[in-house]
Amino acid sequence: MIFFTIGTQLPFDRLVAMVDDVAGKISEPIIGQIGNTDYRPLNFQYSTHVEPEDFAERVNNARIIIGHAGIGTLLAAKLAAKPVIVMARQASLGEHRNDHQSATAKQLTNIQGVHVIHNTEELLQLLISKELQPMNSETGPSLHKLHAKLRSEISKGRLKRLTKNHPTKVS
Amino acid sequence: MTNETSKQQTNLPTILAAASGGGHWNQMMQLRPALEISGNVIFATTDPQLAKLASAKYEVIEDYNQSQPMKILKGLFAAHRLIRKIKPDIVVSTGAAPGLVCLLLGHLSGARTIWVDSIANAEKLSLSGRIASNFASITLTQWEALSDKNRIQYAGSVL
Repeated sequence: MIFFTIGTQLPFDRLVAMVDDVAGKISEPIIGQIGNTDYRPLNFQYSTHVEPEDFAERVNNARIIIGHAGIGTLLAAKLAAKPVIVMARQASLGEHRNDHQSATAKQLTNIQGVHVIHNTEELLQLLISKELQPMNSETGPSLHKLHAKLRSEISKGRLKRLTKNHPTKVS
Repeated sequence: MTNETSKQQTNLPTILAAASGGGHWNQMMQLRPALEISGNVIFATTDPQLAKLASAKYEVIEDYNQSQPMKILKGLFAAHRLIRKIKPDIVVSTGAAPGLVCLLLGHLSGARTIWVDSIANAEKLSLSGRIASNFASITLTQWEALSDKNRIQYAGSVL
């Protein structure tokens, strides 16, 4: 099964139409969450909204995730160690308020298991390819570094209730 | 400081972690282990369903964006009440606008403030992040190219 999601905030007709096109050419079923998109798919099962707990389950059961280049989609795929195929929303086509997704997508091509597409042909090729590299669910060095930085910054804070009464006393 | 996760350790800081639903919340969840090892964490989010699902101790904040001045004003008062109630020593936010407001009110209350700009902003810091960088104790970007190695620092990312 392939799980397709466009996130919760904005419609994404272009990608929904692309996935619909591809769904008619492959035998593997696609289940979609298409939000407020006007385009109504003919070739795959869809709902507009998926509850968070069902979302996690669908991601876990899927072989591949297809989505917009949103962080929610990427992190969900990462947690489940699945390959994720993403297409960026374009502001010029009214798909988002700005082009941050294209900028992010360019950078994402370096991350293991993230497959960035621009058209239907690229999507089809990825879906019929034998093995698609999955994302790595483990906490990588980059997140470890961020955790260490946060802990260090937090430790620089002063405790209000201690400094107020007995500056030196720690209960 | 110990590694115990005991909920009410009085010698640990109270941390308010503010994040809107969606990608902001997901990123906060990636930071959660570092927060919970450092203090007593209370989350503030626009989507209580997500917080319940994560078994997190939380407060609900209204959702709004920068083009809704009346809602921002209401959000300011709500954040003020929230800060007075929780009295955080540390406020951390991954965005968006409601998180920025919590960070600002936290700053005014004397808390140490940490802004983690969303990884979605690869070419330019978010507007909220740019505002936060003017008063926050530290502003972190998740893209090395956006660091100025001073107020805006890069120290890894959630991906």
